[in-house]
Formats: sequence, structure tokens, C-alpha cells
Amino acid sequence: MSNTIVSRLKRKKILDVLATGKRMDGRELLQYRDWDIKTNLLFKSEGSAEVRLGKTRVVVGVKVDVGHPFEDTPDAGVMMVNAEYTPVAHPTWEPGPPSEDAIELARVVDRGLRAAEIIDMEKLGLVSGEKVQMIFVDLYVLNYDGNLIDACSAGALAALTTAEAPIFKVSDDGKIEKTDKTEKLKLRANPIAVTVCKIGDSLIVDPTFDEEEVKDGRITITVDENGNLNAIQKRGPIGFTVDEIKKCINIASEKAAEIRAIALAGE
Amino acid sequence: MSKTTKKKTTKRKTSKKWARVDGRKPDELRPLHIESGVIPNADGSAYIEMGRNKIIVGVYGPREMHPKRLSKPNSGVLRCRYHMAPFSVDPRRSPAPSRRDQEISMVITDAIEPALFLERYPRSVIDVYAEIIEADGGTRCASINAAAVALADAGIPMKDLVSSCAAGKYEGKLVLDLGDHEDKKGESDVPVAYLPKIDQVTLLQMEGIMTQEETEKCIELAIEGCKQVYEAQKEALKKKYGMVEGAEEKEEEPDEEETVEEGKKETVEEAEEE
Repeated sequence: MSNTIVSRLKRKKILDVLATGKRMDGRELLQYRDWDIKTNLLFKSEGSAEVRLGKTRVVVGVKVDVGHPFEDTPDAGVMMVNAEYTPVAHPTWEPGPPSEDAIELARVVDRGLRAAEIIDMEKLGLVSGEKVQMIFVDLYVLNYDGNLIDACSAGALAALTTAEAPIFKVSDDGKIEKTDKTEKLKLRANPIAVTVCKIGDSLIVDPTFDEEEVKDGRITITVDENGNLNAIQKRGPIGFTVDEIKKCINIASEKAAEIRAIALAGE
Repeated sequence: MSKTTKKKTTKRKTSKKWARVDGRKPDELRPLHIESGVIPNADGSAYIEMGRNKIIVGVYGPREMHPKRLSKPNSGVLRCRYHMAPFSVDPRRSPAPSRRDQEISMVITDAIEPALFLERYPRSVIDVYAEIIEADGGTRCASINAAAVALADAGIPMKDLVSSCAAGKYEGKLVLDLGDHEDKKGESDVPVAYLPKIDQVTLLQMEGIMTQEETEKCIELAIEGCKQVYEAQKEALKKKYGMVEGAEEKEEEPDEEETVEEGKKETVEEAEEE
């Protein structure tokens, strides 16, 4: 990414400032921008959250519906995470099929939730091999200023935690009826993703767009409330030493606890 | 998901010592076979069997980038494509690239790029195509291993070969190089790619539930696996270029440089001067 002349100049400036132990916006290297997470702001989706992290803004919608199970898991519900890079969010984003980055964003958030076994999918079966509950988590980026994975991960957890899922009734002839009653989704874990960026020799969290553009690489680590790791994703055309990886894991464990408290505050 | 199966499998093993499904030791790789120069039309190629994974990789380039807008004025571009054959898994899958394929293509590119000198090929592309003929768990690692050999076979200067191997947790034990069953039913999976000479990890993913300590141990175990793979990769290159098995290298030169074809020698020497 740091190939255009402008971003090369930017990179130099950012590195110079990082060398003083500060960031361009005055933050510490391991300091997040201010979080603002609101939940249950949409009427028509079962769960929702809006996350503002600095100027980054995403909306997460959770919809619960009935659909077909996968062949190999006839009784298990289905959870799908999808990310949308909307063209409103950044001047360089265009309408069209999801970019590689959008796919990665969805898959990394998905991996964190799934690996933590956040929802017991076996409990979402309705009619074996025919009908199961489907949980759709849609990550909708409204303004992009870096660190989408962390923002979406926290948003997904907040939206799932506060979601009011309909209770379905299966009649004797196998018909499925949506009752008026709702209940909270039973979450078994609270995974949170923390992304640590490497720029030059510095490790930072919560990069802005500018920082992300000039970064060398990043490692995203998803940590649950017991301190267990659920997912890791390294990106970028560089290598990390084992020591650096361990440092990243430590940073993530510490930061995840802070973010989790904010994400669950709306419960 | 893994919880129910865990119970089942532990019940099955009522007696005796714990053993892996295929009887391997916890830190033992699956049988590994790498061959280079298997596609005559490609600039470089390799075939790998890692367990029952069968993967063929072809390298084309450096060559002109198409479409041109994807080229970079001051550097080459590495473009890896990971693709599974419809018959490589059960049930058959669609030949269209899935989201998973696209993500793996990206992380494989990231894993290999640190080994190359892309700044030497402005406006160009190096295409690496990995076709999964049969999948048996750990295809992304096996693809990287074959791709590194194929790149060396293509005479492309490299800082080091990239070696890759996964480690994970299965039935409570940390194990190396997970097979399909262990991959699907195990508690977690940590694929790693590693450049032995510069001691850097270039692929790192993880999925599952593990403590911080277990994860760190897994990464270290996977690196040990990578080092074993590294030897097999070097062996495959030596074999293709007629070097006797077991013959010692005289100088501290990466194999790919010794084994370059005449026409490509120039670029390699240039790289060395740097």
C-alpha cells in the first residue's frame, strides 16, 4: 500500500512522530481512540449496534431467520457474517462485489465468533435436515478511518448480546411459526478482536486510515473473557519474530478486556 | 462444535496410550514428498504431497502485469491464487473461487512476499498458481511449501525458502501437522509459515480455543515443523538439478541460486550484488 509517493511521504512523517513515542493525533502507541457503542437502535433487526471509534463508524445488524441447514449438520443452526464496504464510507470505495479486504474483514470477525463457539448452533435446529434458525451478522461500514476489524468485532458482540431473537414454534405437520415472543440469544463467550499494527519497529493499536495505509503488517488476535485465544490473523508482506508475536498477544489480551467492558455496557 | 466430537473420541479410546488417528507422534510430520519442475510450460513449478494433500504449483513471471492498473510503478507484484479442484473435497465443490479461497490467496501472498525482492521488478507481476488436486487438511501450508520451491525453480532470487506447517490442539494435546480429521475435529489449528534464515514468521493464523501459553507453544511447535519441511524443500531442488543426494553445499548459498538455469543467471547475480 505504501507505494504511492504521497503515502511514502506520509510514512516518513508518521515514523518520525512514532520515534518520539507519540502518534500523529497525540495518542500513545497502545491507546485506542474513544469508543462510542450504542445498541438496539434499529426496529426491524433483532439486534443492532452502532460503533464509533474515532471517525470510523460502523453499523452492525443481526437478523434471525429460518433457513436450510448444511447437509453435514442437519440439526445445527447457521451463522453468517458478511461485511459491506459501502461507497459512502470512503472516497476510494466503489459500489460492486465485495473487495478482498471486505471478505477478509467478514471472515476474521466470523472466525472470532465461531471459534469461541459464541452460540450453541446445535440448539438452533427446528426440523432436522429441513429447517434451522439462521443468524445473519451484517457489518456495515459507514465511515472508514482505520481499524475496521476491531470496530466490527466489538459491534458484532454488542449487537448479538442485545439481540432479541423471535421464538419459533414448530407445529405437528412441520410448519414453522414465528411467535410474538422473543428471547435473548444465549451467548457462551464474549470474544473481542484486537489488531496490533507494525509500522517500522513500532507496534501500535487502533490505526487511523493514514497509519493503516503506511503500515507494514498487522496481527489481529481475538480473545475471550477467560483470556483464551480464539483466532489470529496476520496480514501484510512482512514477517514477525516470535517475540513480536508474543508481544502482540500480550497487548491483545490486555486491550480486549477493556473493549469488552465497553461493548457489553449497553446490555 | 468440537465439544460433542471430543466426548465421542475420548470414549472410544478406553484403554492404552493416547495416539493420533494415524499413529503419528505428536511432533511428527505426515509423509512429505516434494518434486520440482513438474510443469514444462511454467517458468517454475512444484508438486507436493503432504499426507494425502496433492497440490501442484506453477509460477509464471516476472512478466508484464495485466490488467495494467494493478501494476506498481516502483515494485513488482506477487499474485498468488489458491484454488481447489471440484473433486478435491467431499462433497464436490463449485469450481468458482469461494470467499475462503480468496482469503487464503491473500494470506499466502503475504507469507511468500517477504522472501522476494519485488522492488527489482517494477510494473511486473509474478503469478503463483496453486491448484489443490486433493485436500487433506493443511492445504494452505502445503501450497506455500510448493510455491516456494516453484519460485526457486523459476530462478527468482529469494532471501530464503518459505516453509510452512501447522500445529494445533487435538484431544487436549498439542500436535504437529494436523491431518483432515484432526483439523476438523480438533480444538484448534495454527498454520505458520517461516523463513528459517531470517527467523521470521510470515503466515500466522489461528482458530479454536487455546490459552495464551498453549498458543505460543503451538507457534513454536509449528516452527519446528517448518524447519523439517525446509530440508525436504532443499532436497527437492537439489534433486531436480542433478545434485547428488546428501552432497554438502560448498558455500553458503541458497539452493535456488546454485540451481538457476543459464538464461536466468543474470538476475540472480544482480541480486547478489545488492
